[in-house]
Order: sequence, then C-alpha cells, then structure tokens
Amino acid sequence: MRADAYGDDGGKSDAAVVRDALGVGVAVGLSGFAFGVTSAGSGLTVLQTCALSLLVFTGASQFALVGALAGGGNPFTAAAGAFFLGVRNAFYGLRLSQLLALPRAVRPFAAQWVIDETTAVALAQPTRRSVRIGFTVTGLSLYVLWNLTTLLGALGAEAIGDTDAWGLDAAGPAVFLALLAPMVRTALERVVAALAVVLGLGLLPVLPGGVPVLVAALAAPVALWADGRRRARTKTVGGRDAAEGKR
Amino acid sequence: MNIWIAIGVTAVGCYAVKLIGLLIPAGALERPLVQRLAALLPVALLAALTAQQTFADGRLLVLDARAAGLAAAAVALLLRAPFLLVVAAAVLVTAGVRAMTGG
Repeated sequence: MRADAYGDDGGKSDAAVVRDALGVGVAVGLSGFAFGVTSAGSGLTVLQTCALSLLVFTGASQFALVGALAGGGNPFTAAAGAFFLGVRNAFYGLRLSQLLALPRAVRPFAAQWVIDETTAVALAQPTRRSVRIGFTVTGLSLYVLWNLTTLLGALGAEAIGDTDAWGLDAAGPAVFLALLAPMVRTALERVVAALAVVLGLGLLPVLPGGVPVLVAALAAPVALWADGRRRARTKTVGGRDAAEGKR
Repeated sequence: MNIWIAIGVTAVGCYAVKLIGLLIPAGALERPLVQRLAALLPVALLAALTAQQTFADGRLLVLDARAAGLAAAAVALLLRAPFLLVVAAAVLVTAGVRAMTGG
C-alpha cells in the first residue's frame, strides 16, 4: 500500500483502493487460464469446466476436484476433498461480516466472493468504506476474469489436444505449492505438511482414489493434539515461558 | 454423470460454507482450537495434493518430468516470483524435460 494514497481524514482514497483491488483481481483472475487448461486436460468438458468456475469459485477446491476426478476418485470423495479445502472460507466470512456490515439480504449475493484474495484485500483496508470498495472491486474483477480465462483455457486445451506434452499437468501442483508456501511458517505447520505428504503418497496405492487426501487431512488435528500434549507436559515441568517463546 | 454429481455437491458445499461465515454471529467460531484447526487443515490438504499430483500416476507412485517442474516452481517461489510466473516455470520446465527425455 502506498503512503501517498491516504487522504486527509486518515482514510485511503477510493482510487487507491480500486487500484490495489484491481491489481490482485487481474493477476489472480488470469490464472483461471491454468484452471481451464488443467480441467479440460483432466477430461472434463468445456461446459463442466466453466460450471465449476461459475458455481464453485474457489480455486484450490476446483483444482482439487478435477485432480481427484482425473485420478479416478468417486464423485463424493472427490467433492469431500474440495469441500474441506473450501471450509477456510467460512472463517474468512466471519471476519468479513464484521468489517463489511452488510444487510442480511445482501449477504447471499456477497457470499460467492468470500475467498482468499477478496479477504486479503478487504482486511488490509483502514475504513469501512474502503473495505467495501476493496471487497467489491476485487470480487467483481476476479469473478469476471477467472470465468473468462477458464473458458479460454478450456477451449485452448481442447485445441492443442495432448496438454501433458506441453507440461500443463504441472500447473495444478504448482498452483497448490504457491498457495501452500505462505501458509507454512511455524514448526507445527511444517510437521503438518510433512505428515500430510507421507500419508497422501503412502496411502495412494492402497486406498480408493480421493480417500488418501482425506486421510492426509487428519495430519492437522493429529499434529494439533500432539502439540497440545507436548505443551501441557512442558508446562508441568515449569518450561512454560520457553515453550511459548518458540511460537 | 458422475462428474456433474461431483460438481453439484462441491458447488453447494463450497457456497454453503462461504455463506455460513457471513451469517453466523461473531464469536461462534472464535475458539482458539477451532481457529488453529481451520488454519492447519488447508496446509495438510494442499501438501498432500501437491505431492500426489506431482508423484502419482493413477494409483502408482512415479518420478517423472513433473517433479522437475515442481522443483522449478519451488525455486520461483523462493525468488518471490509472482503467482503466474511460478505456474509458468513449472509448465515450461516440465514440457522441456519431457521433450528431452521423451518421457
């Protein structure tokens, strides 16, 4: 955020908010192309691919769903993995609902735009007016572009045929890695990621498609439980400050 | 048909959780344990998905050009490259390795 973008009242000029929001909306909106290509390359039709971007509109879940379907998962395990990835949006909504203070009648319409990027932009704004502008502009630009580039990507994938020859099957995992990277900072987060990788790969040959990812998700509560026990133990031997200091 | 079922279930489920966040009163999900679990769940899912989509061929584990592509994406991330560049690096390196090795 630019320092010169703040007005006299300590708020931020509308133009500056729109500029920041468009920056995020356009950059991320363009990556709908990667989704369109990946989805069509995974065997979904153009119509199915576009339906996902229009109706689901949360990138990680969309990539997860087409990946699971391509891997031969049954529709419900595939949808379950995508759903669990989408659960974080509920927590975004909780934060946004306080900041946006929307009338109840508007909320069902705003809900579809409650995702990583709109939340990131909205939370960075200083006033309610700029929160609302940031959320709306990011949501609108991202929704329009994401769906447009999804369509182009899907049509492009159909045109070039073998998407694997172009390395496009690497787009999905690269997207996941880019989403994951900023989330892995603490030791606990690294443990969860490592455990999930081991479970996800180790169980792949023995469990039906889509199920290993769901089992790997258990790395989160298991690591949290183990961490809680470890802290409780350090607390009893009086090492509480040392343990807290590490966080 | 299976694909449409999966799309329908995912669309309804994902919209519902978005709406729930906006509708429920503040404080209902503010318990620290719930918050921490919600933050860790995507870490576990994304890590497992990254690994699977890089090293799985159906239900077999394989090491092919995608691993090189993912390594390129990791380097791009370490260099703080923008999102699209990270994806492009993975795609280009995967295609290049595949063209060279025929695999």
